[in-house]
Amino acid sequence: MKDLKSALLLVLFLTLLLGGIYPAVVTVAANLLFPHQAEGSLVADGYGRVVGSKLIGQPFSEAKYFWPRPSATAAFAYNPLLSAGSNLGPTHPELIRQVKERITRFRDTGVTGEIPADLVFASASGLDPHISPEAAWLQVPRIAKARGLSVEKVHRFVVTTTQGPQAGTLGAPRVNVLALNMALDRDTVLP
Amino acid sequence: MNVYEWQQTILLFVTLLLLIKPLGTFMARVYQGEWTFLSPVLLPCENLLYRLCRVDSDEEMDWRRYALAMLLFNLVCFVTLFVILLTQQLLPLNPQHLPAFSWPLAFNTSVSFTTNTNWQNYGGEANSSYFSQMAGFTVHNFVSAATGMAIAIAMIRGFVRRKTSSLGNFWVDLVRSTLYILLPLSLVVALVLVSQGVIQNFSPYKTVSLIESTNTPGEVQIPMGPVASQEAIKELGTNGGGFFNANSAHPFENPTPFSNFIEILLILLIPASLTSTFGTMVGNTRQGWGLLSIMFFLLIVSFAVLQWAETSGNPLLSGLGVHGGNMEGKEVRFGLAGSSLFSVASTGTSCGAVNSMHDSLTPLGGLVPLSLILTGEVVFGGVGSGLYTMLAFAVIAVFVSGLMIGRTPEYLGKKIEVREIWLSILTVLTAGVTVLIFSGLALLIPSAVASMANPGAHGLSEVLYGFASMANNNGSAFAGLNGNVNFYNLLGALAMLIGRYIPALAVLAMAGSLAEKKFIPASLGTLPTDRAPFVIWLLLVIVIVGALTFFPALALGPIAEHLIMTGGN
Repeated sequence: MKDLKSALLLVLFLTLLLGGIYPAVVTVAANLLFPHQAEGSLVADGYGRVVGSKLIGQPFSEAKYFWPRPSATAAFAYNPLLSAGSNLGPTHPELIRQVKERITRFRDTGVTGEIPADLVFASASGLDPHISPEAAWLQVPRIAKARGLSVEKVHRFVVTTTQGPQAGTLGAPRVNVLALNMALDRDTVLP
Repeated sequence: MNVYEWQQTILLFVTLLLLIKPLGTFMARVYQGEWTFLSPVLLPCENLLYRLCRVDSDEEMDWRRYALAMLLFNLVCFVTLFVILLTQQLLPLNPQHLPAFSWPLAFNTSVSFTTNTNWQNYGGEANSSYFSQMAGFTVHNFVSAATGMAIAIAMIRGFVRRKTSSLGNFWVDLVRSTLYILLPLSLVVALVLVSQGVIQNFSPYKTVSLIESTNTPGEVQIPMGPVASQEAIKELGTNGGGFFNANSAHPFENPTPFSNFIEILLILLIPASLTSTFGTMVGNTRQGWGLLSIMFFLLIVSFAVLQWAETSGNPLLSGLGVHGGNMEGKEVRFGLAGSSLFSVASTGTSCGAVNSMHDSLTPLGGLVPLSLILTGEVVFGGVGSGLYTMLAFAVIAVFVSGLMIGRTPEYLGKKIEVREIWLSILTVLTAGVTVLIFSGLALLIPSAVASMANPGAHGLSEVLYGFASMANNNGSAFAGLNGNVNFYNLLGALAMLIGRYIPALAVLAMAGSLAEKKFIPASLGTLPTDRAPFVIWLLLVIVIVGALTFFPALALGPIAEHLIMTGGN
């Protein structure tokens, strides 16, 4: 009986401490030290309109934009409310069909040669904001043509947006698709 | 592996090795009630908590009372969480006005978080309010981890103490685990994670208009919430229940390669350091390093196999002009090595967080996490549960080797007798037997089979992985399996309860029985358990028990799928 009482009281007070005070302290400290990150690393366009988060990928399918990775989220691609991967196993016929379809889509834009894996396989979260630098290079000719720019100029956008490994050590080089497309929109005038 | 992948792998292992001794000895001091650098601040809090909760901190408990206190506490935790989930629409901090959980889902989820499993048949951003996440999941992430640590410490005391029935005080072990170890580390790590981009706020979901105007819909909602405070303890307590459906693959839970590094390190940190705590408390640090070396060996082998399988990719697709390994269900910022490291860390322990989708791993790649879970999660294992399962394996190894070389089985100066062997076998085999019976049952029930997302051998792997994960309190999934149906909600909850409490009670009973024995000094007739031959023998026992139990099931699942995929080549 005594132990049941202790159990009840401990759950109550530990809930106050760990479920109330602890998250509150972290929230206050986070908003003092890193307000931008704590609020979701949101980005605004030239008019101050919030257009997304630097960390959450967006769908792009027009020729003038770099295309992100395939997304398997439910209802529509890059649905931030239903983050998920495809969960298709390696021998699932549907996976094979989807990959073939994605390859065809790139071949139709004039791509020859090998296609980087990240462009034909869906990401884990369905919200992956990055593509590999190789996946960006591959798309440069298409974007240059659609925007009437030289291939070199579009190349430079990719180079300046590419992030190296963190602290020179962790992770692989990668390109943030939203940042790249926003830079293109900001600095070039469409024909 | 490329140069970056080598760098981060080596950096991770070295950092972990460097942290084990300082944290391990610190934890030993905490549990032995000695003065630590945190005591000036925390001792008053600790004593206040005892006073408020009517706990007599000097009182010693025998194993029955210790077990009773543990069960009562867990029961109250379960009921509290169950009620929160069923009434979340009435509670505060629910800006999205999310409705209550259905009762089978609430039941499964409450059992899941109370047992440190964190299997999730719901998607966080679509189903749970901020209140449920904080006052529910975050709290239980702490206390279920602390429960595991308390049991492991009681087990160590069973070896250390002589001719006594007392194993310590459950409330004290629980409170100290939380206040001195889990809470300070979580506070610091949560802020480090925020610096990388993990969100921490109470705002309603943000509506944003997409850049490309031709999209339908043109606007989407980005979920918000107090993520960092939960993320830190989710990894540290080897819990693994994601704030979001995509778990640690979600950019708001794990935004950069550095946050990924920190999260992997956190998953391994406490279970690895507990081996050092064990060595320190039994007065022979070599015993702890011996156990650690087995764990490290298995971790590195598992990582190598998984990394190789994923780099080799999918032969069904390589003829189509795709360059690179298997990136289905993986994120670019982690790459293959960052994903493989996370997977082995998360399934070798009882964490179960994922930063890649295990369902989409290659067959042999998927075999690795599955096998790590099935061997009882002793590759560091869950906080506490990893160490006590490993000690049960050690008792069995001592006994078998004693039979083979004709010596009296003794471990750490305690004679191993029939009772200890029975309890060790119960600890080691309960989860495995549950997995096989429940998976078999699932295959007989058409509605359970219908939950499979993938056809053929891979579907069997999904079910096998599901019950393996629940019975071993891991919580990761071959997530294509639709678990939110009554069969998996209810039978899964039963698997989690069996897999958590039967081994826990067996371990406490064994600790009680060991504590009452007298200490036998090592003699010429004693098998040294801190030397390489015994360590290798223990490794073999673990591998053989796992292989004998599960090989037939694995042959029909991942191995059959591998043969199908390679077309017999």
